[in-house]
Amino acid sequence: MNSVHDMGGMHGMGPIQHEKNEPVFHARWEGRVLALTRAMGPWRLAGSSRYEQERIPAAEYLRMSYYERWFTALVERLVQSGLATREEIKSGKRAGGSTKMVPRLTAAQVRAELTPAAASRAAAQAAPAPATPASAGRADRPGAAPRFQVGQAVRARNMHPSGHTRLPRYTRGKLGAIERDYGVFGFPDTSAHGLGAKPQHVYSVRFAARELWGEQAAPRDVVYVDLWDDYLEPA
Amino acid sequence: MNATRRGFLTAAGAAAAQDHVHAQGHDHVHQAVPSDLTLRVKALESLLVEKGLVDRAALDAVVDHYEHNVGPRNGARVVARAWADAGYKKRLLANAGAALAELGFAGQTGENLVVVENSPQVHHLVVCTLCSCYPWAMLGLPPVWYKSAPYRSRAVIDPRGVLREFGLELPKDAEVRVWDSTADLRYLVLPERPAGSEKLSEEALAALVTRDAMIGVAKVTLPQAGGRP
Repeated sequence: MNSVHDMGGMHGMGPIQHEKNEPVFHARWEGRVLALTRAMGPWRLAGSSRYEQERIPAAEYLRMSYYERWFTALVERLVQSGLATREEIKSGKRAGGSTKMVPRLTAAQVRAELTPAAASRAAAQAAPAPATPASAGRADRPGAAPRFQVGQAVRARNMHPSGHTRLPRYTRGKLGAIERDYGVFGFPDTSAHGLGAKPQHVYSVRFAARELWGEQAAPRDVVYVDLWDDYLEPA
Repeated sequence: MNATRRGFLTAAGAAAAQDHVHAQGHDHVHQAVPSDLTLRVKALESLLVEKGLVDRAALDAVVDHYEHNVGPRNGARVVARAWADAGYKKRLLANAGAALAELGFAGQTGENLVVVENSPQVHHLVVCTLCSCYPWAMLGLPPVWYKSAPYRSRAVIDPRGVLREFGLELPKDAEVRVWDSTADLRYLVLPERPAGSEKLSEEALAALVTRDAMIGVAKVTLPQAGGRP
């Protein structure tokens, strides 16, 4: 969607504020939001955190801090998944008769999510999780055959989907070349909407800075963007 | 743009300017956090614990993991090994996943990590214009500036201006390569090994490598060279 999150090339966002000796979290709640989001991993929440953040109204998106956007996305996904209602989330109290997980999630299961090495150990003892929806990420099965070869000239499609996409606006309609083929990955444009993984090749596409930005760019500078097969057409 | 900020940086020096900005509490003026966010997050945590969906010990473990197990020192170890061992560097650039496994980083972001090498002629810079993609396993959680609108908006259209704001002026004839990590691949910059570091041990080399250098907004310098450590 063409919202403010897709900000590559925009002006007017102000100076970069580089903080010396920055802490990992600036407040305790930030770490808790990250942990809550990660710890919900085994339950395979509906939707996509990225897409829910993108759906935050633009003015709110710019006002919010990073972890406030995470919190907003987590709340939306909990509600969409039917795991909690907005009333419960606001009050912090479970409504009588609502779902309760037995046995409760353990720290070992969450550690397994964070550290894949421990995943196989935990998998044997883990409570069965709900079925995994088709997700993004590297696909574990063959996808569509690659339509492009390394070195081939391509054009990023001029498309403006109102849903989730990873095709940045500044590349649309621009001419580039396939630099590398990274293999097969799930397609966020469908998986974020529960429409299947649609596995396909992802390429590093090389764009000359002048193709993207015109004469103001330095003549030899380049921008590489990772793009899914469906975002491209032969040039 | 940002002529005022640049002028100030030039006049006062980058480090002093940052201290000033921080001391004045300007860091998050554009991102005011509602005072009730602490309470809202607490309420959500209580609810999910009560529902049996999360376990407080598990949450503690996650926070602990990101505060103590991952961080730029992981990436610094990889960079130092690549500087010290030409064979390792070759393997790292060809297949980062296998090279990371050699150092015990198996199965983290390895298979989707790409390492790109800086040289006097080519400078790499990493950004995620759409969100905040970052090599967590190698660098930990990204700093606020990396996730912020100013960096995300300008790194692709004006990388040289961005680097100048970080105190790095690149020669005109150098080539800037920006990596917009919008997919599942993650990028780590292998900085240039600083001149004069030939006799340092791998451990001492790792201590020189900064997070910013591995994102591509700084070079690695020797402390006595007077550069930003």
